[in-house]
Amino acid sequence: MDVLLALLAGLLTAAGVYLLIQRSLLRMLFGVILLSNAVNLILFVAGRTLRATPPIVPDGLMAPAAAVANPLPQALILTAIVIGFGLVAFAFVLLSRASATFETLDADELARLPERAPDIEEN
Amino acid sequence: MSWLGCRNALLTSKRIDARNHQQPSTSAFFVDVDTVKTERMTHLLVLPILIPLITAIAVLLSRRAPRLQRAWSLLGAVGLLGATGALLAVVWTGGIQHVQLGQWPAPFGITLVADVLSAVLLVVVGLMGLAVLVYALGSLDAARERSGFHALYHLLLMGVAGAFLAGDLFNLYVWFEVLLITSFVLLVLGNDRAQVKGAVTYVLINLVASLCFLAAIGLLYGLTGTLNLADLAVRLPEVEAPGLVTAVAMLFLIAFGIKAAVFPLFFWLPAAYHTPPVAVSAIFAGLLTKVGVYALIRVFTLLFTQDVGYTHTLLLWVAVFTMITGVLGAVAQTDVRKILSFHIVSQIGYMVLGLALFTPLAILGAIFYVVHHIVVKTNLFLVGGAAHRLGGAFELKNLGGLYRARPGLAVLFLIPALSLAGLPPLSGFWAKLIILRAGVEAEAYLAVAAAVLAGLITLISMTKIWNEAFWKPLPADRSLSDGAPSMAALITPIVVLAAVTLTIGLYAEPLVVLAERSATELLDPTGYVQAVLDTPIEEASAIRIRP
Repeated sequence: MDVLLALLAGLLTAAGVYLLIQRSLLRMLFGVILLSNAVNLILFVAGRTLRATPPIVPDGLMAPAAAVANPLPQALILTAIVIGFGLVAFAFVLLSRASATFETLDADELARLPERAPDIEEN
Repeated sequence: MSWLGCRNALLTSKRIDARNHQQPSTSAFFVDVDTVKTERMTHLLVLPILIPLITAIAVLLSRRAPRLQRAWSLLGAVGLLGATGALLAVVWTGGIQHVQLGQWPAPFGITLVADVLSAVLLVVVGLMGLAVLVYALGSLDAARERSGFHALYHLLLMGVAGAFLAGDLFNLYVWFEVLLITSFVLLVLGNDRAQVKGAVTYVLINLVASLCFLAAIGLLYGLTGTLNLADLAVRLPEVEAPGLVTAVAMLFLIAFGIKAAVFPLFFWLPAAYHTPPVAVSAIFAGLLTKVGVYALIRVFTLLFTQDVGYTHTLLLWVAVFTMITGVLGAVAQTDVRKILSFHIVSQIGYMVLGLALFTPLAILGAIFYVVHHIVVKTNLFLVGGAAHRLGGAFELKNLGGLYRARPGLAVLFLIPALSLAGLPPLSGFWAKLIILRAGVEAEAYLAVAAAVLAGLITLISMTKIWNEAFWKPLPADRSLSDGAPSMAALITPIVVLAAVTLTIGLYAEPLVVLAERSATELLDPTGYVQAVLDTPIEEASAIRIRP
């Protein structure tokens, strides 16, 4: 299971990096999304995937009776997913604004465009 | 491999024991002096996070009353400065302070820690927060203020304060994200063409940096089973594969390196920092990259010291190239804000150099440098903004005649500018002197030469701004405004920050003593570990469960 998940994380990372080095900003953002999923998987595997018993303390006991799954990475991933979702949503809005303003999402073209509209003198 | 699950089960039971032990004391009717004292400390530690949060909420609730908004905002900034000052006093007299939120003992709960480094930086955050806010009140357009500047500004301060106080890595990550998302919005607030363009680079690269950080956290957790900084400091030396630890350290270096804008990861900074209004640029320039530097200092003194020969040599080269590429980039620029942005990069190099040399004197220098730099760099951006208010431009070729019209402002520019270049008797002189001396003592002559060269080019760069904006006559087709309205709100923070620079320069002793104590704390993490885990380091290490 660990090996499979590790391979999947590697695959997602590779695809994410490939998309990140594209010229289209939209593809770069997709790359970020894939990378963030790869990282979430890394967090998950880091907590070890040994058993599926949920970490619930039975009534009347102060500690789980037997070994249970590690709940911490899941809490970390949940936080990371929420934060990542917010950031990616913001990035999408930003890209849509950039595409409306500059009429391109090509990183190279965008770099060549002047920061100010041609008819406005620097103020 | 099964040790982790076993450890967690054991730890859970221990945690429950600890909670059971605590119950009697919390349910007792009488409260002894110690508890009161701890309560007070707890409040002080939480205040730098709570005050900005409450301020932001108050500001949001009074959206329809701009004056009330401004009053809340100002009150919040004053409160933050007061609270951080009190915290520094407590840390200075009482040693490292910490609080376990929800009374979950470390390393299970969320820990906030303030050692001297955190406390000093928090005071600087409070000071900058107030100074830049006053400036923003006098300079920001109504549209930006209406669309939420004040709330975002205080949430940004909350993120920075939280990052300085965080006692575990995941918490640090969350605070980084808080300050990151607010900085995104502040950066594009107003929706200028240039702002959108700068923000695209800034947002994408910072998203990648955050992912690097998170991946590193995951791998570190996989290696050690903990994320509490103090606990990590105990467990990391015992990891059987030091090579893996170094690899994870490199991931942290990349993540924090992007945030701190070191070579070769700095290019997003000059692309973005000149685009928002000056007040926003100033607070970014002062605080954001320094959070990255703080994180570097923290992890490379507390956690990753197992292979100093490799990691810190790499840091040394990073520092050298950062210093040099930063100043060379600045030489090629003609926009005041872009020149200043490139100088941020170059100055970061000095701080990283201090960390890389890794001697008590060098760490002292790095901390001194961070404090000096935040004050000076913020102030330079503010002066640039004041020059823009008078001359109507940021481009050097469109500026001029400011010395004749406003000799006072010219002096106020010279103080931070010469301090940045490191001329005596200003604060930058001592900062550079300490770093250079540490470099000579460590026999890192190449780095020392690079630092001297970078200082020289900084001076040239500052002279360029002086010549073009202040000394040369005003271009014929341009005119100077009188700065009205609210020039006083622009000048007051500049005067205050210049006074701070002068004070540090003429009477460097207190800051040196603070930095020295902080360096001692950083180089001997025993105190930090003991304070957080409430156990001597040997015992903490003995508790560890063998696989």
